[in-house]
Amino acid sequence: MLKIQNLHARVEDKPILKGVTLDVPAGEVHAIMGPNGAGKSTLSYVLSGRGGYEVTDGSASLNGDDLLALEPNERAAKGLFLSFQYPLEIPGVPALTFIRTALNAQRRARGEDEIAAPAFLKLAKEKAASLKIDFEMLKRGLNVGFSGGEKKRMEILQMAMLSPKFLILDETDSGLDIDALKIVSEGVNALRSPERGMLVITHYQRLLDYIKPDKVHVLAAGRIVASGGPELALQLEAEGYDKYVAAA
Amino acid sequence: MSLASALKTGDVTQLPSRRDEDWRWTDLRGLIRVLPAAAPAHDGDVPAGPFAGLTRAETVFVNGRRIAHAEAASGVVALRFVALADKASQGASHSLVVKPGESLVLLESHEGRANGYVSDVALDIAVGEGACLERIVLVEDEAEAVNVVTAEVALAPGARFAQTVLTSGARRQRIETRVSHPGAHADARLDGAYLLDAQRHADLTTIVTHAGVDGATSQLTKGMVTDQARGVFQGRIVVAEGADQTDARMGHHALILSDKAEIDAKPELLIFADDVSCAHGNTIGALDEDALFYAEQRGIPEVEAKAMLTEAFVGEVVERIEHEAAREIAAAWVARKLARDLRSVA
Repeated sequence: MLKIQNLHARVEDKPILKGVTLDVPAGEVHAIMGPNGAGKSTLSYVLSGRGGYEVTDGSASLNGDDLLALEPNERAAKGLFLSFQYPLEIPGVPALTFIRTALNAQRRARGEDEIAAPAFLKLAKEKAASLKIDFEMLKRGLNVGFSGGEKKRMEILQMAMLSPKFLILDETDSGLDIDALKIVSEGVNALRSPERGMLVITHYQRLLDYIKPDKVHVLAAGRIVASGGPELALQLEAEGYDKYVAAA
Repeated sequence: MSLASALKTGDVTQLPSRRDEDWRWTDLRGLIRVLPAAAPAHDGDVPAGPFAGLTRAETVFVNGRRIAHAEAASGVVALRFVALADKASQGASHSLVVKPGESLVLLESHEGRANGYVSDVALDIAVGEGACLERIVLVEDEAEAVNVVTAEVALAPGARFAQTVLTSGARRQRIETRVSHPGAHADARLDGAYLLDAQRHADLTTIVTHAGVDGATSQLTKGMVTDQARGVFQGRIVVAEGADQTDARMGHHALILSDKAEIDAKPELLIFADDVSCAHGNTIGALDEDALFYAEQRGIPEVEAKAMLTEAFVGEVVERIEHEAAREIAAAWVARKLARDLRSVA
């Protein structure tokens, strides 16, 4: 599924990723934990193709497709979805319009037919109900005036509608209270499947109580410095990142 | 100094030039060396206009000549200025009176269906006491055309005037609206949107003069320029001495989507009264890169994402159009324009 080999990337002249190697097979959820400044967000942006990041070495592929050679929208059409730490507000574009535009653009890119309006609305109603999102909210500007929890639920709704093959959750727990965290985690867990992989990027162990990872990796100073099972997250919670930061 | 007088006399020195302060960004003198000959009368059919189907009452000018006239005191009336002659000049003038207490929707279109014409349109509009006029102006000029549209609007006490101008520009284009505002509970809304690509130019100029107490003006203009296009916004609100309790708001916000495009904006509030509430805002910037990446990450190609975000940006102006069917036509026009303009910027 997702294969990252010796990935190096920099922002302007500053190297941030210094040789990340990671393999997330289909059906598995891997967590990346690390201190601030380790390169966690950079990794998610480089994988999804945001401008301003220069890959200087290494490779990243999804199901054999070279991600780094594709535009961000092409990566999305291949099934890569990045859930943003701070989802953007898009005034004037209703959530329904945004999601339908995205879904149809992806389908066109894959050579599939566009989804018809009635089928789309039916799907949106079902998914919104399961995430306890008021359908009327989908007619308003995407995320405009939404609380942190509402924005994250809107991200989960988009995942459910776009049905990506691989999810990157970038600090999905930030800005969430415990109730919102539960709803969001349930939404993510509902998307776990043998065909789908996930990379959960988080600073805190708390999120991993709800989204249980198969593997945990520690990213420090631009490299994976330790990997292990879920117990590694608990150990980090107890001991902090100091020893990894010092070693890196 | 005006295009109208130059056309009348054939004297190019009558053309406004950059030395005229109000025309510094819309130089006609420097552009037009020789005025083209007057357009011939058109013999034959005239294609349907952009608001076709919304009303049967149509006043139509073709090549500067009136070929149809509808007397409509209320309801919905179309006013069309159609250019069908290549490299010709045409001048037209028209007056419109909305009688006291009446309500009228004016669907005005400037339809450039020829190449390189020079056109001047002068409108004289009077909105009577307690009357209401919504003027929706759709300007679709040809890329090499020169077009100046000037409207003088006189409002009576208690009148309501709402205007929305939508334009895609021309080689040089000026859409000017002068409102004489009596205060006295009269209310003016002057909105506009310009979407310019290639080497197009559009100048939206408005001058509102508040002469009496208790009047309101609200203005929202939004624009997008790309390629080497140039947008001009000049908004002047004058509040005369004694025109207290005037409430005037002006906003101009524009997007520049290429390094070579340009926007010149001059918002002016000239206030000679003491007790007024006036404000203006003017912003010019690029599309939000974060929002653009967010849309692309969800699978929307860059060009489509830019069009979607720009459409949403301009949408605020379109939303303020009160006549529903005209609003839908305006929204569709904006979407179509952006899909075409932005294809080249990717």
